[in-house]
Amino acid sequence: MIYDPSADDRLDRAFMALADPVRRRIIARLSRGPATVNELAEPFEITKQAVSKHIQVLEQAGLVTRTRDAQRRPVHLDAAQLEALTAWIDRYRLIHEQQFRNLDALLTGRGTDAAAPDTEAPNTGAAQEATEP
Amino acid sequence: MTNPVTINAPEGLPFIEIIREFDAPVEAVFRAHREPELVKQWLGPNGYEMDIERWDFTTQGGYRYVHRNPEGEEYRFNGTFHTVRDNEFAVQTFEFEGYPDVVAVESMTFEDLGDGRSRLRGWSTYPSVEARDGMVESGMEIGLREGFERLDAILAA
Repeated sequence: MIYDPSADDRLDRAFMALADPVRRRIIARLSRGPATVNELAEPFEITKQAVSKHIQVLEQAGLVTRTRDAQRRPVHLDAAQLEALTAWIDRYRLIHEQQFRNLDALLTGRGTDAAAPDTEAPNTGAAQEATEP
Repeated sequence: MTNPVTINAPEGLPFIEIIREFDAPVEAVFRAHREPELVKQWLGPNGYEMDIERWDFTTQGGYRYVHRNPEGEEYRFNGTFHTVRDNEFAVQTFEFEGYPDVVAVESMTFEDLGDGRSRLRGWSTYPSVEARDGMVESGMEIGLREGFERLDAILAA
């Protein structure tokens, strides 16, 4: 980077870079290891030039770096930078979101038959009274 | 429809507040906390197996369980249920055995919102800000790994 912008500026650019689905898929691919522009372009319908442009945006946002490796210029994910993007509280939230969605599923009976309690609570008392006059 | 979860964990203070509403009656939400067979189905991160050694969700009761991730790594937790009032309130201690002796005190309030809806309010107090942050950061690692797994899944689709 030529200049050192404030942390807020970097965040702004990183989030803008990630606001595009093609760039998010590039990031996802790079999360499994470095790749060349050719390799990154493979799954897309768009031209290699367009993919190069996307990589430039990610590079300017500080999310990926490019190194020289003989003839190859692989693109690397800057995992530390990506991690700085999502505040720690959000990842903690992710776990709780999932957990509560599981609880939702259970409560609405999508998870298991054992949990359809919204009819169970009022009925048991009445049923017992009815069978034991 | 999904109800959002609100998490309040101010910097420099040793507590975490978690609030979530449910499209289910308060009795059902309480029961999902009381019955170990139901607890097993939702508590903990996705993809983890839960073995419950003890689960006595009553006043002066207690619990101990293990979460096992897909790689087979085990995380054990234990605590006591200090007070449990049906469909209303519970206080428990919470200890991750990987960090022994650091015990959080957690209260849960079950609120009836009418129309078959309810709200769960959790409040965890840790012995120090460092302990609180350590807890959150351990969740962070799991969250990050699962995030990448989902990204992988999206990419593979």
